[in-house]
Amino acid sequence: MLKNHNNNTKLLLDISNEGRRAFTLPECDVPSQEITDKDNLISNINLPEVSQLDLVRYFTNLSQKNFSIDTNFYPLGSCTMKYNPKVNDQIASLDGFSGIHPYQPQETVQGAIELLYDLQKLLGKVTGLEGVSLSPLAGAQGEYSGLLIARMFHESNGDSKRNIALVPDSAHGTNPASAKMAGLEVVTVKSDEEGNIDIENLKELANEKTAVFMITIPSTLGIFEPNILEITKIIHENGGLVYADGANLNALLGLVKLSDLGVDICHSNLHKTFSTPHGGGGPGSGPVMVNSKLKKFLPYPVAEKNNNDYNLIKPENSIGTINGFYGSFLIAVRAYSYIRSLGKNGIKSISENAIINANYIQSQLKDFYEVFSDRYCMHETVISAKKQKKNGISALDIAKRLLDYGVHAPTMYFPLIVEEALMIEPTESETKETLDNFISIMLKIHDEVTNSPEVVKNAPHNVFHKRLDEALAARNPILKWKK
Amino acid sequence: MKNKSSNNFPYIPNTDTEKQLMLDAIGVSNFVDLVKEIPAKYINPEIDIPEDLSEQDLVKLLESISSKNRSIASFDASFLGAGVYDHYVPSIVKSIVQRGEFVTAYTPYQPEVSQGTLQVGFEFQTFISEITGMDVSNSGMYDGPTAFAEACLMAVRIKRNKNIGVLHSVDEKLVDVLKTYTMFQDVNIIKIEKDQLDKDDLNLSCLAFQNPNSVGEIEDIKKITELAHKNNILAIAHVSPIYHGMYESPGKYGVDIVTAEGQSLGVPTSFGGPFIGLFASKKEYIRHMPGRIIGKTKDKDNNDAFVLTLQTREQHIRRENATSNICTSTQLISLIVTVYLATLGKYGFNELAHLCYQKAHYAASEISKIKGFEIYNKKFFNEFVIICPDYPRNINNFLLENNILGGKDVSKRINNGLMIAVTEKNSKHQIDRLINCLGNYKC
Repeated sequence: MLKNHNNNTKLLLDISNEGRRAFTLPECDVPSQEITDKDNLISNINLPEVSQLDLVRYFTNLSQKNFSIDTNFYPLGSCTMKYNPKVNDQIASLDGFSGIHPYQPQETVQGAIELLYDLQKLLGKVTGLEGVSLSPLAGAQGEYSGLLIARMFHESNGDSKRNIALVPDSAHGTNPASAKMAGLEVVTVKSDEEGNIDIENLKELANEKTAVFMITIPSTLGIFEPNILEITKIIHENGGLVYADGANLNALLGLVKLSDLGVDICHSNLHKTFSTPHGGGGPGSGPVMVNSKLKKFLPYPVAEKNNNDYNLIKPENSIGTINGFYGSFLIAVRAYSYIRSLGKNGIKSISENAIINANYIQSQLKDFYEVFSDRYCMHETVISAKKQKKNGISALDIAKRLLDYGVHAPTMYFPLIVEEALMIEPTESETKETLDNFISIMLKIHDEVTNSPEVVKNAPHNVFHKRLDEALAARNPILKWKK
Repeated sequence: MKNKSSNNFPYIPNTDTEKQLMLDAIGVSNFVDLVKEIPAKYINPEIDIPEDLSEQDLVKLLESISSKNRSIASFDASFLGAGVYDHYVPSIVKSIVQRGEFVTAYTPYQPEVSQGTLQVGFEFQTFISEITGMDVSNSGMYDGPTAFAEACLMAVRIKRNKNIGVLHSVDEKLVDVLKTYTMFQDVNIIKIEKDQLDKDDLNLSCLAFQNPNSVGEIEDIKKITELAHKNNILAIAHVSPIYHGMYESPGKYGVDIVTAEGQSLGVPTSFGGPFIGLFASKKEYIRHMPGRIIGKTKDKDNNDAFVLTLQTREQHIRRENATSNICTSTQLISLIVTVYLATLGKYGFNELAHLCYQKAHYAASEISKIKGFEIYNKKFFNEFVIICPDYPRNINNFLLENNILGGKDVSKRINNGLMIAVTEKNSKHQIDRLINCLGNYKC
């Protein structure tokens, strides 16, 4: 790892030099028009003046200060950092996809609508929930849409007193945040010591006010809920709907359909399971999928086929419009391309390899790190640094030390119910050699915890920066360039 | 001709031998032993989807689908806008945004190895603060309409008043998204007519407006903001970023929260997404802001560096008490916008605005000379409404026959109104073709 080779935090406005240009605009080719509204005109804006070469160097050097899937093993749990095939980016940049306007007449964008229609079908087949809208722009928006659908369903049944969302204590933070936005009261369901939903607690909480139960499958502990059929039955007997947070479907692809488990609504993140790049924090896409009785509530738009024409329509009792247009179209293109390249056998191969890889890591680490559950995991494993904590080393320290070895850290301190959690998701993209290398690094760190704890405590040492002071940033917010 | 190895999928590398080695190490004889907790009767269902494709066949398939679309470039000219504009994208933008180190990174949760993403985000916040004239910007929302809706919800939190005032001239799409965002929340959306603007007894959390508005007309930012403040309510402006390349920023007029669709800043039209929502506000409201914010800090060696900050507003910490449910947003699009603005630079951005202004005003002045056509707008920037002698859809069809992508039909607001957008990409020749076609139009 190159250390400090370009540790220059000068910003563009610092290197700006009066008179430099990176770009010229064409001459104005129309007769000069008088500006009628002369008040409040400005002659420039405080943007940098930098040469084109310096801009290229600036951004290229910055890019090299990132860990990424293209450069490093990135076992960030719950995020599914799998290989993002280059061909999908190439396809998304075709002018026939990237160069079309959302307000063009539908007859001039039939290919685009056809692709959305086909992707809806594919996602419907994989989950068994065949009502699909690709509109949600990320997982949180998919969740919010799903919850509105649940509320509209109950209202249409004259059942508007249902205002409670049951959410497990292991859930991702967006679950309760989306439920609150949907005007639902959040009631937390406990997990038992195995990490499963506490069935007795669920029975106590489910009642005539339950609008929806939100469950992550596999749970954020990386394990499959063995009582899933009983759980969904309890909710349905109480008149509620089952919402599955399928943000990450990597473990289930081709292995089991959510509909068979009793799920009514789910969303899935195309930027996880379906390999579209994460972009450093988006853009994503979080399609919402429902069973046939809920189809009419889907958000605008849904692609439909009539004879040989494709149309974007608003379902009969749609929850409405949740963003500007038709979702993250170019992300949908990539996901479609991904699914078509793998086909039915490839899809099954994803979950199988993801599960084997995660269990392999778990099996090799369990003698050194506490594993939350000694059951087989699904696509990810949650380990704990509880043992290491006795030597004064936290999950954070181990995460930072991994960076020194060129591996991105696992997800830390999540799920919240596991002390000193490190959540490891290798995905199906990695070779056994990469996994073995990771395992040997983890064992090395385990040794360091005993023999040279200070090295771990003060990590990272070999990357671009030593540990950052996050508290300082919050205490004294500096959020933009200052002279 | 395929040499069938045990592994046919280029994205899934482990061979059967390696898988078996791993299964042995785990202590099971086969894969099924790992997934016994899945109800047996539902395991391995039939999934009725097509077989896999080679890369070459895949590209061929997707090219054939894309060729069923007519891209903007395939027309002789396009005047379609209404919030999404076809601007020229410099080569450097396209090149930088392809870098895998940016494209395939996650949200920068480990800042020591994410300074690329974080520093770009800090530059982005700087540029957006400059253009909007606001104290602080977040690092981007999903798109313009969702940014607008979140701004209104933020005003409700700040003022603890559930009435959201929206000026009648705001694009219906923004109002629709706001309605969906507040569907089961205890808030009221109140449409405010222009003639109510002289009142001083408005019981609202905010007065939200769009500039230029939904039909391209320039609003009186100063007057609306003063009125809002006289009533002790927040002024929210949803703006066109390029308009503010030549006119004073909304911040100069005292606007409290500014949102915008950021697509026009280097992002391809992409059939509507992914785009980026811009979101900026006054400093005092920062803890009510939704979305990610990047701040400057120090490392242990006292070097400057950047981190995600003020995260106690966000869902992963505050859960149901967060300022928004937003998590993944649009970091890569903020890279596009940042490179675009840096490339245009201090004077280029201003020149771009003038080019759009000049070309649009040339088009409008020539169209106003055509018998039967009138220009609706008094003051506009790069987009204006023509009042046509026929239904706008008929005009658009006629233009389409002439290989021109026409404007946006706004006849719901203005009788026979057709909204025309002009950018620096429209040559005089293209504008003259439009004028010529309209001149030849017969009802």
